[in-house]
Amino acid sequence: MKPLSKKKWGMLKKNWQLYLLFLPPLVWFILFRYWPMVGVQIAFKDFRPGDTIFNAKWIGLANFTKFFRHYLFWDLMKNTIVITLYQLAVNFPLPIIFALALNATCRDKFRKVVQYITYMPYFISTVVMVGIIMQLLNSRIGVINNIIAFLGGARTDFMASAKLFSSVYVWSGVWQNTGWNSIIYLAALSSISQELHEAAMIDGASRLNRVIHIDLPGIAPTMIVLLIMNCGQIMNLGFEKIFLMQNSMNLRASQVISTYVYSIGLKNAPPEFSYGTAIDLFNSAINLLLIVSVNKLMRRFGESSLW
Amino acid sequence: MKALDEGKDLRKSKKAEEKAAAKRQSQLMSRGDAVFYIVNDLLLLIFLLLVAYPIIYVFSASFSSPRAVMASKVILWPVEPSIEGYVAAFKESRIWTGYGNTIIYTVCGTCINLIMTILCAYPLSRRDFAGRNAFMFIVAFTMIFSGGMLPTYIVIKELGLIDTRWAMLLPSAIGVYNVIVMRTYYQTNISDELLDAAFLDGCDNFRFLWQIVIPLSKPITAVMILFYGVGHWNAFFNAFIYLSSRKLLPLQIFLREILVLNQMTSDLTFDPKLAAAKQGLADLLKYSLIIVSSLPIWCAYPFVQKYFVKGIMIGSIKG
Repeated sequence: MKPLSKKKWGMLKKNWQLYLLFLPPLVWFILFRYWPMVGVQIAFKDFRPGDTIFNAKWIGLANFTKFFRHYLFWDLMKNTIVITLYQLAVNFPLPIIFALALNATCRDKFRKVVQYITYMPYFISTVVMVGIIMQLLNSRIGVINNIIAFLGGARTDFMASAKLFSSVYVWSGVWQNTGWNSIIYLAALSSISQELHEAAMIDGASRLNRVIHIDLPGIAPTMIVLLIMNCGQIMNLGFEKIFLMQNSMNLRASQVISTYVYSIGLKNAPPEFSYGTAIDLFNSAINLLLIVSVNKLMRRFGESSLW
Repeated sequence: MKALDEGKDLRKSKKAEEKAAAKRQSQLMSRGDAVFYIVNDLLLLIFLLLVAYPIIYVFSASFSSPRAVMASKVILWPVEPSIEGYVAAFKESRIWTGYGNTIIYTVCGTCINLIMTILCAYPLSRRDFAGRNAFMFIVAFTMIFSGGMLPTYIVIKELGLIDTRWAMLLPSAIGVYNVIVMRTYYQTNISDELLDAAFLDGCDNFRFLWQIVIPLSKPITAVMILFYGVGHWNAFFNAFIYLSSRKLLPLQIFLREILVLNQMTSDLTFDPKLAAAKQGLADLLKYSLIIVSSLPIWCAYPFVQKYFVKGIMIGSIKG
């Protein structure tokens, strides 16, 4: 390390208070975010209750090979990837389309009402959300099944069906998040210059043409950034909603990596911390790899990237 | 505040511009465009109805009678209006315990969040904070990599926080995304000239933060309170993993028992007539609970909606 320049010393002296202010957050990050990262080493150890992170025995990659050879391995991978890709395919384009449509309407009041209502479900907690799903899809009194029955179909127990699990998960997410996720695109759309539109109008472009050739390219950078961020989350399905929607009847399709880590590490007795951590680490490594490579790809071919 | 007002003016003038454009547009509108606008608005209307219907339905069902709910008579409006569901909800002792705890966690947790976020974001916003890039990396890196569920659990255990109220407050004390939003706000709204002027007058960093930065950033502080507050109100995971004493549990845990796991405190009755009535009440109770548990959010939502949106807008500026 090179010695600090005079200017830097001056800055340090002048701003010692800033370091004091930053101290509590720094301690917090070390304790609650970086110390667990140090603890990740138990993925390569045989950590038993009573051990500390440091004195547990090293066993190399045994936990990883155990997972790769486990009979559930491919099921877990398949469930995780199917649900996330399904989710990405639906939940990525819909907010864009929704934002474009909202932006294109010329009724201001109507737009406000639509925004007001569609942002609402975002604030419902996951537990209540799953409660609502279960109530509305209930095979005895659920309104969705009532409608199906009214139309002459057979009542379906959605929550007990492994086949329907991913659809229920993804489309309830559409209901809850599409409105809210469109905000970021609306912000990008509002910064597109009005002159572009006027020029296009003089050239005789229809509104649809302007959506496709002005609005859409205008929000492309935002789309790319969000796509990269989404790709980094491919293996990172949220724990809560899947866990809450799980039951013994749909477990075949609903057991994903995060819920499996929970069940072997905290629910089952005796807890297998090392094994669970190894699975989690494997998962995080894939995520990290994905986000870095997608970012690199975007940097090479496009003008926008995350960093 | 000033910057925000300027933003408002800008937006207003933009609105006026847009309106004028729309007027010109309507004079020029071709038949194709007319069709486009109709189809576009129709699609929006359909989506609006799809989102609104479940909310209206749950609300109406919660105000119906147990019999109507059990017989699936509710379609849009309350049938045989009653408040039996709410009476049953308030008789649940679990709901009271949960409500009390959740209020404690939300109020204390949000205070801690706010202090920590300001302490973290302000130094990072200063160009003359030597080492800020390294610190920023330390903060941002936790967004893409974390120790994971089990190592975090071990740390919380080693710190002796398991089954204490602190487990609900400390592990979630800082939201990295919110730090970045806050930092971006400081960078764009607190000018270097202001800082220099204050320092020339003998102000130090503590005083500058307390007397100038915080009062000048009231709008973003309000946004933070809302984001963190809703987060605490809805939080489930930490309580689920770290807490076991029933008297410490927040509302969401009890809601899971009732809404998801279907655990009712009803005493067992073997009279089939009574059992049917109980079933109806249990069905109704769930609808009422959904409303009751989200009540503070529903009540606040109309007033704070625009602040939430503002928070997202600020966050969307690449920092």
